[in-house]
Amino acid sequence: MMDFKNARELLALCQERKMLLSEVMRLREIENGEITDREADCRMAKAWKIMKESAAMPIESPGKSMGGLIGGEARKLIEHARAGKGICGDILEKGIAYAMAILETNASMGLIVAAPTAGSAGIVPGLLLALQEAYQFEDERMIRVLYNAGAVGYLAMRNATVAGAVGGCQAEVGVASAMAASAAVELMGGTPKQSLDAASTVLMNMLGLVCDPVGGLVEYPCQNRNAAGVANGLIAAEMALAGIPQLIPLDEMMGVMYAVGKRMPVELRETALGGCAAAPSACQGCPGR
Amino acid sequence: MSFISVFDVLGPNMIGPSSSHTAGAAVIAYLAQKMINGPLRRVDFTLYGSFAKTYRGHGTDRALLGGILGFATDDMRIRESFEIARERGLEFSFTANEKETEVHPNTVDIAMENEAGQKMVVRGESLGGGKVRIVRINQVRVEYTGEYSAVIVIHQDKPGVVAHITKCLSDRNVNIAFMRLFREKKGEIAYSIVESDGSLPEDVAKELRQNENVHDVMVVQV
Repeated sequence: MMDFKNARELLALCQERKMLLSEVMRLREIENGEITDREADCRMAKAWKIMKESAAMPIESPGKSMGGLIGGEARKLIEHARAGKGICGDILEKGIAYAMAILETNASMGLIVAAPTAGSAGIVPGLLLALQEAYQFEDERMIRVLYNAGAVGYLAMRNATVAGAVGGCQAEVGVASAMAASAAVELMGGTPKQSLDAASTVLMNMLGLVCDPVGGLVEYPCQNRNAAGVANGLIAAEMALAGIPQLIPLDEMMGVMYAVGKRMPVELRETALGGCAAAPSACQGCPGR
Repeated sequence: MSFISVFDVLGPNMIGPSSSHTAGAAVIAYLAQKMINGPLRRVDFTLYGSFAKTYRGHGTDRALLGGILGFATDDMRIRESFEIARERGLEFSFTANEKETEVHPNTVDIAMENEAGQKMVVRGESLGGGKVRIVRINQVRVEYTGEYSAVIVIHQDKPGVVAHITKCLSDRNVNIAFMRLFREKKGEIAYSIVESDGSLPEDVAKELRQNENVHDVMVVQV
């Protein structure tokens, strides 16, 4: 059976079988998940379709969120970029707009794919959609590379956590950004080792990020942090593709992230009692207070 | 450790905004309505903990009602569940209970009444990532996650009932994954929950009811 417990075993499988990281994860799913290859690809294609639609909708027709804290940000970013006023460059401008758009869709009870969670759902599709548009990749290729992102997320779920209530925002946005970075590296022709290095870099750069949703709602600062997650993913992928290795491998970085998360006080783990949620302006504007 | 699928990572496909407060809520209510027979006339939700504090901003109320109407976590009709329930003549209410704190932070009690006048209260907890647990049926503590299809048998706690249940299932070639019996007191009402790896034949309920000590049977297909 094709399976792996950590990034080291995953990398060994890629090297032994001369496979991409996404191919190993896809085979693992088919062999262990009681699902045919066609069913798996169908489900992944559906996820990709939902991701695309959830990124497009708030740019076409923006609206206020359920909690009233966000709405219309993605449209502003796209208009700014289309006017030629953007300072981030094409990929990042689009990537952050799509990520923020998906959080708008989510906060207005639209359909999204948790990746790995609802509050961090914008990052993987945001970065991948921006790369697809810039390089004109076929959908089939994007659907395959989602398995790469899934591999990194699976390792975090298995060996650490992806719950903000357990490990803070670094476990949600941090892991989502690590997933996006790893997938971006494979998409742009990097090696499995480079993918895992990029994921490790992200966890390092987002280490300690707290989960402090204003009013306890998945809106603010979650939406801003999804944009930050795209940027962090892009930076880490660029470093890996340039051939910069990382001193700390992904397995160790997952352990570090988990240990830091467990040491966070409860006020900073999705309880809305600390961090941004406790700032005076946030308290005033909170719904339900 | 149970298998973590790539679709547990890239998923669930869900109506936002929260996997615990929206998707999980819908799943709990979906399972609850499967535990009572026939169309419902009335449903009353009592919300505790974080559910009680933030249910409006998370659409927890719409998701709960959507689950009761049989909608899955990715069904867009969840957004209009209030209107749909009214059209179907289903009465509903929501009560926030912030006094009771000795509960899991995301807990809901769902009190249902069907058109035949039968009543049932189900308590569920939303554990995060869309995962849930049913922890109480009426007054009896139970444990059911909804990950497997299950037969729930309400019966008198008397000898021979469990043998009857397993015989009915083995006659139909059902492979039992887990089986547990929950009861409040010896000899009184008991709930046997039998979880199966595959799907369950619907007619098994009819045969299970043949035993005089069996009061009711529900088949929950997932």
